[in-house]
Amino acid sequence: MHVEVNMKKYISFFRLRFSMGLQYRTAAAAGIVTQFFWGAMEILVYKAFYEVDAAAFPMRFEAVVTYIWLQQAFLAVFGAWIMEGEIFDAIRNGNIAYELCRPISIYQMWFSRSVANRTSKALLRCVPILAVAALLPAPYGLRLPASWAHGGLFLLTLLLGLLVIVAFTMLVYITTFYTISPEGVRIFCVSAVEFFAGAVIPLPFFPEKIRYILELLPFASMQNVPLRIYSGSMSGEEMLRAVCLQVFWLIVMVAAGRGLCRRAERRVTVQGG
Amino acid sequence: MITMENVCKSYRIAKRNAGFHEAVKALFHREYEEIHALRDVSFTIPDGEMVGYIGPNGAGKSSTIKILSGILTPDSGSCLIDGRVPWKNRIEHVRRIGVVFGQRSQLWWDVPVIDSYELLKDIYTIPDQIYRSNLDELTELLDLGELLRTPARQLSLGQRMRCEIAGSLLHSPKILFLDEPTIGLDAVSKLAVRDFIKKQNENHGTTVILTTHDMQDIEALTKRIILIGKGQILLDGTLEDIRRGGENIDQEVAQLYRSYEI
Repeated sequence: MHVEVNMKKYISFFRLRFSMGLQYRTAAAAGIVTQFFWGAMEILVYKAFYEVDAAAFPMRFEAVVTYIWLQQAFLAVFGAWIMEGEIFDAIRNGNIAYELCRPISIYQMWFSRSVANRTSKALLRCVPILAVAALLPAPYGLRLPASWAHGGLFLLTLLLGLLVIVAFTMLVYITTFYTISPEGVRIFCVSAVEFFAGAVIPLPFFPEKIRYILELLPFASMQNVPLRIYSGSMSGEEMLRAVCLQVFWLIVMVAAGRGLCRRAERRVTVQGG
Repeated sequence: MITMENVCKSYRIAKRNAGFHEAVKALFHREYEEIHALRDVSFTIPDGEMVGYIGPNGAGKSSTIKILSGILTPDSGSCLIDGRVPWKNRIEHVRRIGVVFGQRSQLWWDVPVIDSYELLKDIYTIPDQIYRSNLDELTELLDLGELLRTPARQLSLGQRMRCEIAGSLLHSPKILFLDEPTIGLDAVSKLAVRDFIKKQNENHGTTVILTTHDMQDIEALTKRIILIGKGQILLDGTLEDIRRGGENIDQEVAQLYRSYEI
């Protein structure tokens, strides 16, 4: 595998995409309001369920509330629908011609670009949401992590989760080389991720057997791990296994993505004149 | 030194007639047509030469440029540019070439042009000093000035094209491929672009391959002309070779195309 020694070009790519993301302030403000209300609404729904029989649920109410606030704050990190329209367009209309005549790996370029897009969006949105959620009275507010170690592990798995979801979206981009229209694959993948990653309901709420399988899938290595570690709903052994799975899926998906990308580059038809 | 020998490239295109019935039929049985974009294309271009590559729409001009710039892999034939096979050593090859696709943009849409240039500087790992001097020279020759601080989306076509051309030359490429660089430009911008290309070739000895439909581009810039039609090289000569005594160069070229039935 060709490993690019010079990281500077990719960092520079990251920087440009990042600073570009920061300039969309109105979008960020609208996003913050939407996510805040969405989070509040979800919490109210869970509250209604918990009032009936709190013992029937696998996570404590406070843990669910924390899970939801973090999920809303870092939506831009984990949202499967956040893909770069420009990358799909470049493949579809042939603008990729320019990217192919750069001394740079397409895979790494798009990867750093996607990471930058998500981090810039998330940074703009997470601070206000976290601040307001932390100020809310118990049990509706965001709690502190169970311990310093949980906090540190949360940050580590958040980063790994980000890389896993980007590696996943890279596979979706690359499929477009082969299928021309990205819509079908994209819709399928987005729904699959949303459901299996624990974005709709946290994974512990799934029946035992299904949950066991779901937790092995790459989708569980996205938001499920960091959010549950923070809210303290994983044991030490589970956390270790989860981190190992994150690393495993990251390596598998990056390797698959790079392989497919190189194959696509060779047989690519650049669309348009 | 650029050599292309017996290069062939074909595309498979799905075709069907109009209508719903036909669309449903195509679900089960799809007809493909093999389009031969390039058949047996060969030519040699020495260092420092400016060549006009002309031909009607769909003749294979863009396919040739894409092969030369390492983007497309031909079906057969060989191509060597300064000892490298473009599609095999893509990354080493593209470091040394500059490409302008007149119908596409390499500038980042939402940020000032200078940000795109700074990115190109890092992508090509251009040393500071060379970047500075190239940028100063390009800014002066192409009259970029304030344009550099403007987001690309707010530039007019002529302004943007000047910025695109500058962007392709920041890394001092030895070879420049220009695919319709004057398309859609007004008279003033066209003259500025032509003038610049000429100077670039004279001052830096840059090899230039230019595709265009604007015969005045060719008249102003190139001595050698390669004519391609239906994927084949039909003529490799000088401007004089295509003169047929018509009223103006456009008519002469139209006559030429007709005489080759392309």
